[in-house]
Amino acid sequence: MLAAVVGMLMLASCESEAQGPVPSTGDKGALTIEFDNIVGDKNLVLGGGASTNGAGEDFVITKFNYYVSNIKLLRADGTSYVVPQDSSYFLIMENKKESQFVRLKNIPAGTYTGLEFMLGVDSLRNTMPIERRTGVLDPGGSMMEDGMYWAWNSGYIFLKMEGTSSKGNPVNSKFYYHIGLFGGYSTRTVNNTRIVKLGFGGLKADVTTSKTPEVHLFADVQKVFKGPGINLSIGQYNSVMSQQPQVTAQIADNYTQMFSVDHIH
Amino acid sequence: MQFTLKPGRVTGQVPFACAILAVMFAAVSVACKKNDGPGVKPGDTAPTPIQWKKPAHFPDPVYDVGRNPLTREGVELGRFLFYDGILSRTNQIGCGTCHQQEAAFTHHGHELSHGVDDLLGTRNSPSIQNLAWNPSFFWDGGVHDLDLVPFNPIENPVEMDETVKNVIAKLQSTPLATAKMPVDYPLMFKKAFGDEQITSERMMKALSQFMVSLVSAESRYDYYRMGDQSALSVDEQRGMTIFRSKCGSCHAGELFTDYSFRNNGLIPSGANDQGRFGITANPADRYKFKVPSLRNVGLTAPYMHDGRYHSLQEVLDHYSDSIHPSTTLDSALIRPGQKPGISLTATEKQSIIAFLSTLSDEQFIRNKQFSDPGVGTNF
Repeated sequence: MLAAVVGMLMLASCESEAQGPVPSTGDKGALTIEFDNIVGDKNLVLGGGASTNGAGEDFVITKFNYYVSNIKLLRADGTSYVVPQDSSYFLIMENKKESQFVRLKNIPAGTYTGLEFMLGVDSLRNTMPIERRTGVLDPGGSMMEDGMYWAWNSGYIFLKMEGTSSKGNPVNSKFYYHIGLFGGYSTRTVNNTRIVKLGFGGLKADVTTSKTPEVHLFADVQKVFKGPGINLSIGQYNSVMSQQPQVTAQIADNYTQMFSVDHIH
Repeated sequence: MQFTLKPGRVTGQVPFACAILAVMFAAVSVACKKNDGPGVKPGDTAPTPIQWKKPAHFPDPVYDVGRNPLTREGVELGRFLFYDGILSRTNQIGCGTCHQQEAAFTHHGHELSHGVDDLLGTRNSPSIQNLAWNPSFFWDGGVHDLDLVPFNPIENPVEMDETVKNVIAKLQSTPLATAKMPVDYPLMFKKAFGDEQITSERMMKALSQFMVSLVSAESRYDYYRMGDQSALSVDEQRGMTIFRSKCGSCHAGELFTDYSFRNNGLIPSGANDQGRFGITANPADRYKFKVPSLRNVGLTAPYMHDGRYHSLQEVLDHYSDSIHPSTTLDSALIRPGQKPGISLTATEKQSIIAFLSTLSDEQFIRNKQFSDPGVGTNF
């Protein structure tokens, strides 16, 4: 099973690597992606004012973290630039402003018209030895402040959203959504890794040796609640973690659609 | 006060019987001053490699020692970390608290173990032995790599209730004058890994080096297996034959387990622990737990994932008479036309128990190289 997963990932990886000629100039530049978390038409403020979800329930978000990995920059001609994988893992945390700016360096100069990334941590990395789990992937590193790794069911938590609601659990009014599961090591489980592909519409990101474009993305918490997977009711599910895999898959289908490109500057 | 490492003997090729002893020769003593050789600063020398050899009759290990080559200093650091309560929130609970050497690294006499503040867990403490052959860890197989195992007990709220990040911060500020034994961990990391930097990778690799060195392969059964016919009595040999035909389909091979997950017909207890199902969420995995190795089984009572049986007699009585039928019950326990179980006479049970006692490895539980260097706590 694992071999099959690994095999597929490697195939996918090779296919990506083979795409697109490197611009003949060989010039390199940088590009920044800002992950700006919002709730509908408002900026997300942890512990801030209450909002109403798609099921008509009040909620206040207190924690919102997610992994972004395996970033690919797309060009108009269908070619792409794949960020080297070891440098392509980022943990976006709403309570840590700096984490919301993903700064990509050594990008081939040129015009980019879209991007693609994984929300989560790919299956293969979830099975790698500890020396391949550095930085934000360190199971004992800084991320443990927020526990984005299941030590008892070895694997990363891809997205963690917590908050309070009058429909939350009766003990403390809280709700907890911890979405992980990479497909399983020796036994197949749900695979909640998701690819997000975003075109820039009419916009372009011109990377030059002197100009670092910033792609400003919105990530809308409302769309975690309501999307193509499920209209998530806090009253029905005040806690979703690894024991309700089908619901986690539905929530993952929702949050795959939570991103939009606001502007590029 | 500081401890220092005295160089031990180094051997090259060793015969099977000595293989385990050769794993580690580092002798530790508590000294009041550094006594490294004149002109040699501590930690300036490269760590001394240890050649890890699998017992001849064991299969190839799963753990890749090539990725984490054992050194005398690495194993020694792992031994200190294994026993030191600094890994827990209260600085009281070490790995060795619930994995005690005299009980083949289980929690002797404890159905369930108590961690920080005497909080009780839900599962019986499994043996830390021959882990290099384990394809997965814990009763539910939730962790697949030995290097990722310690995160689990360290962060479990009823075991050590600590974060690895905080353990690293505490290790960095040693030696502590108030500690039971003021160990200089930055120095030990330097000796094991070249500099004083303490990372989760280094910490886990040192723990793995120590745990990989915990090989039990010198029981009377092993001597029999290696050709000494006199190592087992006639009754024990008869027990071995019965064991292999009645129990050997799951407790297979030289490790006495096939490492599979099976429902062996225990009536779910109050905790309603569903075992492997908690990892895979597959209904077919409900109430399945890993088949444990039976090496040193005579030393590791109580038995089963929740320690419900206190003797091997009770365990065998369970298999012959008390199998609880359910949809995920293992097919090996289903008898056509009869209630489920394994057909065993009282005499056969006695022979099996006699055989199982030959799996006890006295050298393993007495080897000072595996013992608490003086930093641990037993409750």
